[in-house]
Amino acid sequence: MEEVRLMKGNEAIAHAAIRYGVDGYFGYPITPQSEILETLEELMPWDTTGMVVLQAESEVAAINMVYGGAATGKACMTSSSSPGVSLKQEGISYIAAGELPALIINCMRGGPGLGTIQPSQADYFQATKGGGHGDYHLIVLSPATVQEMADFVGLGFDLAYKYRNPVMMLADGVVGQMMEKVVLPPQRPRRTDSEIAEQCPWAVTGRPEGRGPVVQTTLELDPLKMEKHNLHLQEKYDLISANEVRYQEVDTDDAEYLVMAFGSVARICQKAVEEAREQGIKVGLLRPVTLWPFPAEPVARLSRKVKGILVVELNAGQMIEDVRLSLDERIPVHHFGRMGGIVMDPDEVLDALKAKFNIQ
Amino acid sequence: MTPEEIKKPENIVAKRPALLNDNTMHYCPGCSHGVVHKLVAEVIEEMGAEHIAIGIAPVGCAVMAYNYIDIDWIEAPHGRAPALATAVKRLSPSRLVFTYQGDGDLAAIGTAETIHAANRGENIAIIFINNGIYGMTGGQMAPTTLEGMVTATTPYGRRVDLNGHPLNISSLLAGLEGTCYVTRQSVHTAAAVRKAKKAIRQAFENSMKGLGTSVVEVVSTCASGWKLSPAKANEWMTEHMFEAYPTGDIKNTTTQKS
Repeated sequence: MEEVRLMKGNEAIAHAAIRYGVDGYFGYPITPQSEILETLEELMPWDTTGMVVLQAESEVAAINMVYGGAATGKACMTSSSSPGVSLKQEGISYIAAGELPALIINCMRGGPGLGTIQPSQADYFQATKGGGHGDYHLIVLSPATVQEMADFVGLGFDLAYKYRNPVMMLADGVVGQMMEKVVLPPQRPRRTDSEIAEQCPWAVTGRPEGRGPVVQTTLELDPLKMEKHNLHLQEKYDLISANEVRYQEVDTDDAEYLVMAFGSVARICQKAVEEAREQGIKVGLLRPVTLWPFPAEPVARLSRKVKGILVVELNAGQMIEDVRLSLDERIPVHHFGRMGGIVMDPDEVLDALKAKFNIQ
Repeated sequence: MTPEEIKKPENIVAKRPALLNDNTMHYCPGCSHGVVHKLVAEVIEEMGAEHIAIGIAPVGCAVMAYNYIDIDWIEAPHGRAPALATAVKRLSPSRLVFTYQGDGDLAAIGTAETIHAANRGENIAIIFINNGIYGMTGGQMAPTTLEGMVTATTPYGRRVDLNGHPLNISSLLAGLEGTCYVTRQSVHTAAAVRKAKKAIRQAFENSMKGLGTSVVEVVSTCASGWKLSPAKANEWMTEHMFEAYPTGDIKNTTTQKS
């Protein structure tokens, strides 16, 4: 049954994974997301739901364990933080190419390089534009609360199986580490082998009598066949773009200016919007919940009525490129960001808004 | 005897396993892969394991192994087969899970995955084709390339001071607690083929009994990569490869237990 608890975002992911009926988690320690693996090891779900939890020898091995497990139709996930997610890109490309369901969590920290263990949103490009080699997309969910850290595990797997596509939960060190009240979903049973065989005819299960071999491969040397596979993937991405855009609008009805932000930064911006309105400045907030597919329609619509858009990110300006591509009217679009693990406060956002748009 | 009489079931001493399909193999004449594929198919068939077998194919010449043996397969990224096999076996313990890998896949780019899967004692079998060269990409140096051996990337022969020593990965794996059976075989004579088949059977049975990781290295020929005729390649292998990679069991804890 449902349960209300106080916990970190990372811990909520672990609890939600067990309760969703995930079959396998494969991970490697890295700050600021190690609590996911630690919590799973502490909860010992192999004794209750039968979930496999394994600390792999590397991020590369972990994502390839997910690849192998996903190929058998089992619900498999991994989690890491920025440098570790770079290492996972090989496996992610294979999972996308093989059209397998999987959940990958990136609890972002500052980069480039080893960077810092403090929060960041600098992996937006990597997450939304593919990340690994080849033409592919992940469905990218951006949680802003501990509740969403829990909820997006289930949503992520539902979407992953619906479209046979890997889903990334692009979290950051803020939502991973902060504690909030969270309603945990009721426990669901893991799918049985016969349910998997029935629901996932593509799954590598060992060839039962009466069916031919199932081969999970991403290799195709015939260019015509390979192009056909690519066209099929692009059709699927179009379908996802048409059906799965999610976003949140706050105070946009009478807004003269629009602030756009995702994840934890959207909550900071919501406070800035409240402060702005107290000062008589009509500001609204648009928060993409899916970063891919990107909510282009509300940006286009709002660009026809506001004077300008401030895009606030914990990076040097990444989502702002998608915002500019989505405009209907060529209104000014500015970036405000902090980097290196520094998180801005609402006053900084408000000051930036006033300065960029010359609001007195 | 007429051909019809010869074909009577009681007269058949060897036949092609039903799991080995009619697809034309892409392997070069004289290559050991074809023989090892046949042995894998025979063993699975004789164990009655065709409905529980899951093979993990590598990147390398055997990348398309799934085209020839009619069981379920997953084709892994280069070197990652033991990581995939780990997850597949842990999520479905009733399945017969094996990897089929070459020397570059297993002992260079996949060294970490190989060692850690073996060290965890994953209940998988690893079939390891060691021909001392990268066949698929055109004959470059492998970790197991012999000292002095000419390859596309060691055109004047492998130099230890530049390229390091040939890697005896099976001996290394035998030193790990997680392995129960590590053996080195070859398939260049009828007797060797029979022994290699027994080794593969034991490896597969070990993994179904949950005894730990089994490794069957097959010292193999790469006539194209070595730029020799198939017959000469067999001679060269027995003269040179066996010195660095002597055949026989390196470790077998399963016999000690029984």
